[in-house]
Amino acid sequence: MISSATKALLWRDLTLARKQGDGLGAALGFILAVIVMVPIALGPDPILLQRLASGMMWLALLLAVLLTAERIFQSDFEDGSLDLMTMTNVPFELITLTKALAHWLTVSLPLALIAPPLALMLNVDSGTLPMLWLSMITGSLALSLLASLGGAIAAGLRRGGLLIAILILPLYIPVLIFGVATTTLMMGPQSAWPALLILLGITLLLLVVSPIACAAALRAYMR
Amino acid sequence: MQKFANPAVFLKLANAILPYLWLITAVLFALGLYGAFVTSPADYQQGESVRIMYIHVPASWIAMFAYALMAFASAIAIIFRHPLADAAAKTAAPIGAVFCFLALATGSIWGKPTWGTWWVWDARVTSMFILLLLYVGYIAIWQAIEEPHLAAAIARIVALVGSVILPVIKFSVDYWNTLHQASSIFKAGGPSIDPSMLWVLLVMVLAYTTLFLALHLVSLRTEIATRKLRSARLAEIRGN
Repeated sequence: MISSATKALLWRDLTLARKQGDGLGAALGFILAVIVMVPIALGPDPILLQRLASGMMWLALLLAVLLTAERIFQSDFEDGSLDLMTMTNVPFELITLTKALAHWLTVSLPLALIAPPLALMLNVDSGTLPMLWLSMITGSLALSLLASLGGAIAAGLRRGGLLIAILILPLYIPVLIFGVATTTLMMGPQSAWPALLILLGITLLLLVVSPIACAAALRAYMR
Repeated sequence: MQKFANPAVFLKLANAILPYLWLITAVLFALGLYGAFVTSPADYQQGESVRIMYIHVPASWIAMFAYALMAFASAIAIIFRHPLADAAAKTAAPIGAVFCFLALATGSIWGKPTWGTWWVWDARVTSMFILLLLYVGYIAIWQAIEEPHLAAAIARIVALVGSVILPVIKFSVDYWNTLHQASSIFKAGGPSIDPSMLWVLLVMVLAYTTLFLALHLVSLRTEIATRKLRSARLAEIRGN
């Protein structure tokens, strides 16, 4: 019962995202803009770009995901769908987790998956590229979970965008540090695995904390 | 603790304590500042600028203490529905934010002659800066949501999530980069700081703590008065 309900919710969110498609489109446009503007702003020096590439890729992903955070719960909150979801026998935490996963599958994960060609345009070292890709895929789930947290906290506010940015940027920092550390470690003599494992650990921590906090915040708004 | 849930009882207690608390704060500050400027020696490397330590270290300690208090009060608000806990968390935030800013500002002033730069993206500086951002986010919640009960409910979540993630942020920033000296007071084998400096520092920490408590009590008193005023106004509107 519970699994079929969450499956239905996931399917609904994926369908909505496919039919509307504006969330991913805006985020994709943002990433492309960053990748095109960076070499123009900093100069096309290949060595400089190589040093900055992984940081720039992470920054573009992070801000693109932040851009879509406001939408995660907003329309469902406004048209009352969330109220209906609280009335089912599915734990509300599971519903917020499902919506975060839907956001990951429709926005963060596709953005992380298309990273390699864009990173190559920034002249990323091809030896570190697989690790950059792996860390972006892992970290994109953490980014979606944090975005859903921001979306839930600002769900009932008319202009929540700025608030989401203030609240979520500090929480983005560990993800950014360990995400970028995987590739910078690979350039040195050390192994990149510890940083990747810590990134995975942060993602797992957020997998627990974020749905509970989202559910608590949304419940407060719907009371 | 439930006894002080009644704001009237709390106000009575706060009014009784406050004069003494101000007095203790004044005495501790007089003693601490005298020690900081007169009796304590200049550092053999840093010279006179070491005296900034006496206002810098306690400020950063209070900045962290205030956040811990805020998170603790938020947890109490969720668990026991204590009516004053939300007010305690709300009023602790701006005071903590100011001390956090003071810690960053004094550190920056000390850093210019010692490190040769106003700002460094060092682990401790960065994590204090992030703490300031967390404070700003928390205060922004109270500003953005007009309905007090709703604002309280959302603010609790923000404070608690921040307290869970804060160690992770601190740890990640430590891992990333470091320049700030390590702790010289709480460490294995006893403090490595000279006793002539240590007692001054400890007195200043106590002075800042009592100052924070006094400011917090005053601010809580104001918050209770504001709430009373609000409910009186609402009652008046309903009455007409």
